Amino acid sequence: MQKTVEKFSVLYLQILMGNGECDEKDMPYLSKRQIQEIYFFMVLARKLDERMLNLQRQGRIGTFAPSKGQEASSVGSAYALEPKDWIIPSFREIGGLLVRGMPIDQYLLYYAGDERGSNLPKGINIFPTSIPVGTQPAHAVGFAIAARMKKENLVVITYFGDGGTSEGDFHEAMNFAGIFFAPVVFICQNNQYAISVPRSKQTRASTIAQKAISYGFPGIQVDGNDVFAVYKATLDAVKRARDGNGPTFIECVTYRLGDHTTADDASKYRQQKEVDEWSKKDPILRLRKYLENMKMWSAKEEDALLKDIAEKIESAVKSMENKEPPCVDDMFKFMYEKMPWYLQEQLSSLKERTSEGE
Amino acid sequence: MVSALNQALFCEMELDENIVVLGEDVGIDGGVFRVTEGLWQRFGSERIIDTPLGESGIVGVAIGMAAYGLRPVVEIQFSGFSYPAFDQLISHASRLRNRSRGRFSCPLVVRTPYGGGVRALEHHSESMEALYAHVPGLKVVIPSGPYDAKGLLSSAIRDPDPVIFYEPKRVYRAIKEEVPEKAYTIPIGEAKVIQNGNDVTIISWGAMIRECKEAIDKIDASAELIDIRTLKPLDFKTILNSVKKTGRVVIVHEAPRTGGFGAEIASLIAEHGLLHLEAPIMRVTGFDTIFPLAKLEKSYLPDERITAGIKKVLEF
Repeated sequence: MQKTVEKFSVLYLQILMGNGECDEKDMPYLSKRQIQEIYFFMVLARKLDERMLNLQRQGRIGTFAPSKGQEASSVGSAYALEPKDWIIPSFREIGGLLVRGMPIDQYLLYYAGDERGSNLPKGINIFPTSIPVGTQPAHAVGFAIAARMKKENLVVITYFGDGGTSEGDFHEAMNFAGIFFAPVVFICQNNQYAISVPRSKQTRASTIAQKAISYGFPGIQVDGNDVFAVYKATLDAVKRARDGNGPTFIECVTYRLGDHTTADDASKYRQQKEVDEWSKKDPILRLRKYLENMKMWSAKEEDALLKDIAEKIESAVKSMENKEPPCVDDMFKFMYEKMPWYLQEQLSSLKERTSEGE
Repeated sequence: MVSALNQALFCEMELDENIVVLGEDVGIDGGVFRVTEGLWQRFGSERIIDTPLGESGIVGVAIGMAAYGLRPVVEIQFSGFSYPAFDQLISHASRLRNRSRGRFSCPLVVRTPYGGGVRALEHHSESMEALYAHVPGLKVVIPSGPYDAKGLLSSAIRDPDPVIFYEPKRVYRAIKEEVPEKAYTIPIGEAKVIQNGNDVTIISWGAMIRECKEAIDKIDASAELIDIRTLKPLDFKTILNSVKKTGRVVIVHEAPRTGGFGAEIASLIAEHGLLHLEAPIMRVTGFDTIFPLAKLEKSYLPDERITAGIKKVLEF
């Protein structure tokens, strides 16, 4: 005897078309003010990215991972959270972090090589950046289970890329999330490349979203350059999680328009033609078209927005550069709650040398 | 030692509802060595969590829990299977406090049985404590007997930072000691002088303490035996005081020799106590080989080599 014991399908969601027209049937409720706010965060993320590239080239900050082209995925998803919810990020989600209140100067400070950038004020529910790819989804699962134990009805979103889904830790995190029904939303920013390795070489699977099915929870694929689709999918996933219905996996199909990091040169491994094609699908242009079509936006408002953003960024750059330098004590002080004798010794010998040198 | 560890978990879990235990078979089965026996029945499956296989996942999830304010105690069934979780420990657990400049911390305990002498399968006999001791941000604790095991585990659970708690499975059931029923702690970072002596200082930890005692009984000299109990932070003061008195040192561990923690202790003695030494520092250790299967394990583990080592140092 043979019979089919399981079948599955994967939904794809797109709401906002390339021409700025919108599929009203799936359109989530968003007020005019909210849509304008989403647009603000996307442009802020883009402008900050551009400014940071510039600062990096001038040697004023260090290496970072640009997020140009992925603003809809991170802003749209983070916008679906409530204040008490948490983000456990990777390193290419500045849009989402801004939505969640990331102070720009602290973000810059971190990439200028200062750990104080990760010591965010209480109330900003963002976990520190995790650089080892695919390791942080497990933290999200633990975080979410702990919060549930403490009867705090919150949801944790964690971000990673298509490359991250090839890591073993990602699969262990998904498996744990499924088994423990953790209130987690997994957001995969499938930006088509893990440095130089294309999506086709990460997995034979036709979608990344379908990986969720093998862990017993839903996976959905969305147009990651469509902020409404990302928002809607995340809103549904957050509700599921908050209602006690477990995790969801969202694959945002997007594209990294910039290099992997400021130390990378993407022209070595991909064609300009491909980049040009994706540039036409730019998530910010698409939302702008929508706003204009709906008569929600004017050239005057655009000018005011750009001016406001430029001021915010410049004031943050100033604040970052005016920050007093860190002291060497900080290198030792946070290793343990109480500094052990050998660190005290090492710190004093370092300080002695420094004072001799003066 | 198994029941002392079990008691520590019971006592601490009664005192602090934020403590959770996670691992493979820690629930209804009570752990393959029975260290978590009865906990599931008492505290339920929300706090005693049987996990799927996946050491990295277990530790990764525990890190998230710890960051949120729980106090997870992870059991890795055998230390030889802890390596998949090494990335989570070295890349995250040890760094969270520093990375966030104190906003987050990681009060996590990873308990795991280590060491040879039980005629086990491959991967079930190693002593890799030096790997963990090398990682900034971790603490490494190894008890040698039941009384210490209970007090040290309680301290590890109450510690605000991540602790690797290595349990010498060879003496899990081999040593009997009086253990108070109530909770008590033994400070992390304090060595214990097990036996006072004037002629030679023997420094060891874990299962090798018992072997050292036997070796001392076979020699005609006054030996001081120090159980360091914590590799990191090491109580070097106790070691140095003893070295000043005896001038002769033998360090014993079953872990491989090269880069073993004995080398660190020897360096510290050389740096701070060279002029007190009457003889070269002697290390009696496991070999730089793969830990053998049952038929050769007696040849691997320090036994009469300890006596020989002590004699050599005394006769120098």
